[in-house]
Amino acid sequence: MCTSIVEISDCDGMGKGDGGEWFKLTHSVVSYDHPHHALLEEAITIDFVNRALEPGARVAVELTLDAAKVLSAALQRAIAQAEIEESHRHRPG
Amino acid sequence: MAYEGMIAETIRIIGHNGDPISAYAARPLGAGPFPGMVLIHHMPGWDEWYRECTRRFAHHGYATVSHNLYERFGQGDPADVAAKARAEGGVSDDQMVGDTEAAVQWLRRQVWHNGKVGLFGTCSGGRQTFLFACRQKSIDCALELWGGRVVQDELTPKQPVSPITLTKDLSCPLLGLFGNEDRAPTPEQVDQHEAELKKHGKNYEFHRYDGAGHGFFYYDRPAYRIEQALDGWQKVWAFANKHLSTK
Repeated sequence: MCTSIVEISDCDGMGKGDGGEWFKLTHSVVSYDHPHHALLEEAITIDFVNRALEPGARVAVELTLDAAKVLSAALQRAIAQAEIEESHRHRPG
Repeated sequence: MAYEGMIAETIRIIGHNGDPISAYAARPLGAGPFPGMVLIHHMPGWDEWYRECTRRFAHHGYATVSHNLYERFGQGDPADVAAKARAEGGVSDDQMVGDTEAAVQWLRRQVWHNGKVGLFGTCSGGRQTFLFACRQKSIDCALELWGGRVVQDELTPKQPVSPITLTKDLSCPLLGLFGNEDRAPTPEQVDQHEAELKKHGKNYEFHRYDGAGHGFFYYDRPAYRIEQALDGWQKVWAFANKHLSTK
């Protein structure tokens, strides 16, 4: 399969890339396509990158579809709890 | 036993817009003349498989060039470079045509070249091979292997034309190899591709393999299917020899 399933988003944060150096992130790229390393015909791949830096400035994972669903659900749960925390923090009085 | 050898090295060629780009070139040792073959790498990039494929064509007597379509995204591990290409929306069709034409013309300038050039590509490179063969008139045959998105539903600024709509302009004989379990292209899309070729009376041969999906030549991936790949390679050699040999 040669898909065009790619979701590119702005990203703000830090990532640890090739060589162990941390770098500022500018984008996240989520796709469903050929993985380079996972022994799957297709994988959910997630790259955190900084477009201004060399290609090695990348935090990468290649996940099975099921693993990606588990991760997505975990993110949703953590974000929901974080938003509750944040709403308490910013409550006046 | 006859002496056998080859030279394989990176070279620089002047690509689209006058940009210098890297290429990997391999050919048998000797004066030639050798038929030429240009390889368009797949979406995972200008990687080890394409290096090996370049040497494989040279082993079979072809002066072969594999150019780096991702040159402008920077240097590094091919997987990182391919990821950067994906993050920035890939390469435009115009740039691909310009870079590929540069590789074709580099071969045509060599004293050991026999005057014939084929074009081979897999995956996204299969789509690009077909597209190039429709837009340009500088090659003598095209080998499209599981070209995804020849039938392209979603047009983008970088890929503004669905290649199948250019079929009437196909300028050379076409070989197509496809797996019947592929989902891009699906067997139905291969049917559409073939129907368009028939409609315009084009010289083509398609071979479709049961029990194979996308990328069934890639011996280092789960998609590898040895029987279908071995037969597919025989189809490649027969087709290339038929259209590129001058002996």
